[in-house]
Amino acid sequence: MRWSRLLILLLIVIVVAAAGISAVAPLKMFQDNEQLPWVQENITLGLDLRGGVHVVLEAEETAETEVTSDSMRKAKGIIEQRVNELGVAEPVIQVQGDKRLIVELAGIDDPEQAVADMIKPAYLEFKTPDGETALTGGELKDAQESRDPTSGRTTVNLTFTPEGTKKFAAITTQNVGRKIGIYLDGNLLQEPVVNEPIPSGKAEITGYSSLEEAHRMAILLRSGALPVKLQVLEKRSVGPQLGEDSLNSSVKAGIVGLVAILVFMAVYYRVPGLLANLALIIYTLLVLGVFIGIHAVMTLPGIAGFLLSLGIAVDANVIIFERIKEEIRSGKGLRPAIDAGFKRGFVAVFDANVTTLLVAAVLYYFGTAVFRGFAVTLSIGILASMFTAITMTRWMLHLVAGGFLVKNTKMYGA
Amino acid sequence: MSFHFVKLRKIWYIVSLAVIVPGLISLMLQGLNLGIDFTGGSLVEVRFKEPTSIEQVRQVVTGQELGSAKGIQKSGETDFIIRTKELTEEQSASLISSLRQDAGDLDLLRNDRVGPVISGELVRDALLALVIAAGLILVYTSIRFEFKQGIAAIVAIIHDVLVVLGMFSLLQIEVNSAFVAAMLTIIGYSINDTIIIFDRVRENLRLAQRKEAIEELVNRSLWQTLVRSINTVLTVVFVLVALFLLGGSTIQNFVLAMLIGVISGAYSSIFVASPVWVEMRLRERKGGRQAAKA
Repeated sequence: MRWSRLLILLLIVIVVAAAGISAVAPLKMFQDNEQLPWVQENITLGLDLRGGVHVVLEAEETAETEVTSDSMRKAKGIIEQRVNELGVAEPVIQVQGDKRLIVELAGIDDPEQAVADMIKPAYLEFKTPDGETALTGGELKDAQESRDPTSGRTTVNLTFTPEGTKKFAAITTQNVGRKIGIYLDGNLLQEPVVNEPIPSGKAEITGYSSLEEAHRMAILLRSGALPVKLQVLEKRSVGPQLGEDSLNSSVKAGIVGLVAILVFMAVYYRVPGLLANLALIIYTLLVLGVFIGIHAVMTLPGIAGFLLSLGIAVDANVIIFERIKEEIRSGKGLRPAIDAGFKRGFVAVFDANVTTLLVAAVLYYFGTAVFRGFAVTLSIGILASMFTAITMTRWMLHLVAGGFLVKNTKMYGA
Repeated sequence: MSFHFVKLRKIWYIVSLAVIVPGLISLMLQGLNLGIDFTGGSLVEVRFKEPTSIEQVRQVVTGQELGSAKGIQKSGETDFIIRTKELTEEQSASLISSLRQDAGDLDLLRNDRVGPVISGELVRDALLALVIAAGLILVYTSIRFEFKQGIAAIVAIIHDVLVVLGMFSLLQIEVNSAFVAAMLTIIGYSINDTIIIFDRVRENLRLAQRKEAIEELVNRSLWQTLVRSINTVLTVVFVLVALFLLGGSTIQNFVLAMLIGVISGAYSSIFVASPVWVEMRLRERKGGRQAAKA
């Protein structure tokens, strides 16, 4: 018995236990520390786990508008502004190909409304009684909603640019006593009568049912009209309830699956099984740490990929332990058997993992955003398992065998 | 060694055919139950705050005149899934508001819409991905092992893909884009299993005495890797069963496909890939001998 080796082993167990607890346990002592438990605090959850919406928008060519890279850039900018003003944290807005936009908004209460607001053209026009457009939303400087505290009436107050102010002054001067039409996306919103010329460049629109509606309209008007018509090609929205359900159930499934593996390994492979379990926990912490490090977004398929990579990590140990048993049976001593087992098992593990990585690469290349998550977690899992299942387990097995802690080969499953 | 995997290979071929053929017939007759990811369309899942009947939901949906609602399905205690043709944003908003009005207050759980362009691209990408994955695997196994083993591994993969496709067709379980991810993962697993066995065959070939027949050598290799094969499938099945029972409705089909595929993958690496390789080896030898005679 060599106490130094025992000590090292004990130290590993303590460090792993401490890291594990700090990762997941919502203990009282962590309440003052914002970074703990670190897994919960730092892993970004995907749309499917916290609710949100994924939309693919395509710009449509119409008689009046042509889709160019310039108009796409402008459309993207406007969508960005609208989304930001709606108060969505960390939106993803990307141009895909020539005329597509991908928008992902996480953690919003009403994904349906957000999509509707996002793609509204919001083309504002002021028309003279003759039907001529005198002013458009392009000459708008600002739009703010407000509510009159006494009458309770909700309005959107418009302020024009200097150019717009001049034009607005001109049409109000020319049309005193007549009606001016305010149109949004071609629909008549309001037709106020001009009482007197308005040189200040201010106007207001009324007729909203709530302050919230006026607020959304003000955002649309402020961000300006979309230069192209956007159509929804694909939309996937997940309500917050479903997101929460999914998260809870997959965490539960993960714990049950992990515990089942740990029990199986300990019962079937005994001493090496226990060490493999320790390596598996290190593996789990390592993978979660990498996810946080690369800011991976955890999605439902991502969790599935992670759990499957657990299976792969276990498989590496199973292959090696079976080899060690064989070597012991063939009459080798414990330590040479461990070395030979790892050496021979490694080739098989390596070849098997490379092919799985190839599949993950294909999945990443062809998959939609969500399945990229699966491919990434699977790949990280495979790479990490090569480290823990081979290096960590071997080191720990040597500590045990070399320390003569457990000499009986029966305890190695043989 | 009482049980000879390789000598009994005809039996395994029959077992595989018995599983695959009904599936193939079903695939030809009724095809797959394709979800909106592949066909385009809309799917709305709602959770009512008070219990409501499926009839009531159906009444509201048919009242909306959205064409035929493909299916209204109860997916939880007060949860319903409504599948329709592709709805515009206005149509889906009006469907939800009339459900709220006439069937009871609700929370919107999910609202998916897939246009025909996207679904067409998905089918194309999925097929391309499957073919490329198989190609890369063939190249890798040919380099690390031998070309014939690569072919045998691909045969096993096709076996597993057909088993899963057939089962999904027979049971008419909905196929969505998650299914494609499951298929690719199954390919990864199937090849993983096969490679572990071929690795042992490769090693035994290197050490073998010349006298040993190829059937015997492969059979010995299969026995040597058998415990590993069983244990690994068991651990993966633990996780998948846990995911299936507890993992939430959205990934159930994905997990089911994985479950069938992983079990099929373990079977095919022992009972299909290895015998097929032996078969090819034996033919090559026979062919060689006949050529020598002539």
